[in-house]
Amino acid sequence: MNNLETYNKVFCDKLQITEQQLATARLKGLPTWDSVGHMTLLAALEDAFDIFIEPEDMMALNSYEEGKNILRKYDVEL
Amino acid sequence: MFFDLQIFADKAAVITDEGEQLTYRELLLESEKIAAHIPSGSFTFTLCENHLGAIAGYVAMLNNHKAQVLLDAEKDLETIRQLAAAYQPDYYWLPEHRAEEFISARLANTENEYSYKGYCLLRQKTHSTTPVHPDLLLCLTTSGSTGSPKFVRISESNLRSNTEAIAEYLSINQQERPITSLPLYYSFGMSVLNSNLLRGATILLTDKAIVQREFWDFLKKEQATSIAGVPYTYETLKAFRFFRMNLPYLQTMIQAGGKLNADIVKEYAVYAQANGKRFFVMYGQTEASPRISYLPADRAIDKYQSIGIAVPGGRMVVMNEEGEEVTLPYTDGELVYYGPNVCLGYAECREDLLKGDENHGCLHTGDLAHFDEEGFFYITGRLKRFVKVWGNRCNLDAIEQLVKTLTTDCACVGVDDLITVYVTKDHLSESIINLLSSKTGLHPQAFHVISIPSIPKMESGKIDYIRLHN
Repeated sequence: MNNLETYNKVFCDKLQITEQQLATARLKGLPTWDSVGHMTLLAALEDAFDIFIEPEDMMALNSYEEGKNILRKYDVEL
Repeated sequence: MFFDLQIFADKAAVITDEGEQLTYRELLLESEKIAAHIPSGSFTFTLCENHLGAIAGYVAMLNNHKAQVLLDAEKDLETIRQLAAAYQPDYYWLPEHRAEEFISARLANTENEYSYKGYCLLRQKTHSTTPVHPDLLLCLTTSGSTGSPKFVRISESNLRSNTEAIAEYLSINQQERPITSLPLYYSFGMSVLNSNLLRGATILLTDKAIVQREFWDFLKKEQATSIAGVPYTYETLKAFRFFRMNLPYLQTMIQAGGKLNADIVKEYAVYAQANGKRFFVMYGQTEASPRISYLPADRAIDKYQSIGIAVPGGRMVVMNEEGEEVTLPYTDGELVYYGPNVCLGYAECREDLLKGDENHGCLHTGDLAHFDEEGFFYITGRLKRFVKVWGNRCNLDAIEQLVKTLTTDCACVGVDDLITVYVTKDHLSESIINLLSSKTGLHPQAFHVISIPSIPKMESGKIDYIRLHN
């Protein structure tokens, strides 16, 4: 699996959504992406890419698309 | 009058994250207007969002003694329909964006009786002829309800005594600026609002979650002085490295809604002391309107495992199986609370709202506890089958009943923040989790389904929960 596939899979699994829903997925825009879902998602991203996300980035990661920008800061090629 | 809004005049009562502001005088004027449209003896469903309109309506009914129940505005129509069938509300105070849905579903009349800041008052199609009991002021759902229509009935004196007690032990004054980190329909969130409005504080109103940057931007811009959270909130704050944030104005942190891991309590207590802040661990139940005990901030470090002492005006005792008061420290028994804030009782339908006081100031908490030689109390276990999931109470028997609609051979056990469902059929995991999540409104992460060959039973035929648990 390449990085983008892994990234997509984490979002789909943790937020229980389909690939079609990824583009519009936003924090608090989905019933499964609430505070609990957010922390679960962050932990899964950290595990999947073996990174440690800084608190400011935890708060900034508020959509599927924004998440890509943030992960690039951690040298994750997407 | 529940709140003396007049005396705080031009002081800001509410500031929203959208830049709106409402003074105490404006809140008073608006609440009088809303209340004028609601006759005494009627019952209103208040669908709460953390928005100005919801607060104005809530305060209007509280201040003019009109009975209401606080519900989550995100509840689906089917749930509301079931509740409406049981309680025949006379009015709905709800977000305007949901009005059409209620009218189409024939729950409400098309005519809008009154509206304010995105909220409107709708009358029910068929008026109930049953008035509510004159003492009844407020109903709350037993938190995190499993779709059960059970309400807790709270009188004006119940709520008043608890609101005053909380304001007293937290020493709330006009300088206080609490940020709304919890929903208003949740008894803990409601009590934060009440105790602060009582003392003329300024509520910083937001519907953003603590994981959102907008929440922190607002907190910093408006310099919030206090924050409230359930155990999950404080675990999340730690992940956000809260201890390293520079928030000099944030003076008070309060925690309730379940047991926060004692080591984490200690970390917050030590942090608070080192930084001249206060950290309060509190314990309560919706049935106590809702606060029962608090751990004084200056004892937070040496008593970090304790739920503290009873709120002013209340008394906690430990009762043994014979129903006698335990007098020896460190002896376990059921925690029983006496106080003027103990609710009138429960309701399951409209007729029940006519009932008077059934508890007479005594609440059996269902928690096992003991006290130490200084009279500080400690929760040691639970008598009743319920757990707290992210601050929401979940009855495991009720969860089991929900699962039974899919498969009859099942059993539920749980610890705080995780409910485990045992079934004997395969491939049911997804449908069970979907069902439970949609019915309880809890994140799917709260549920775990395990398939086993058979459910262990005791000789009596009852499910052996202890064996399942281990």
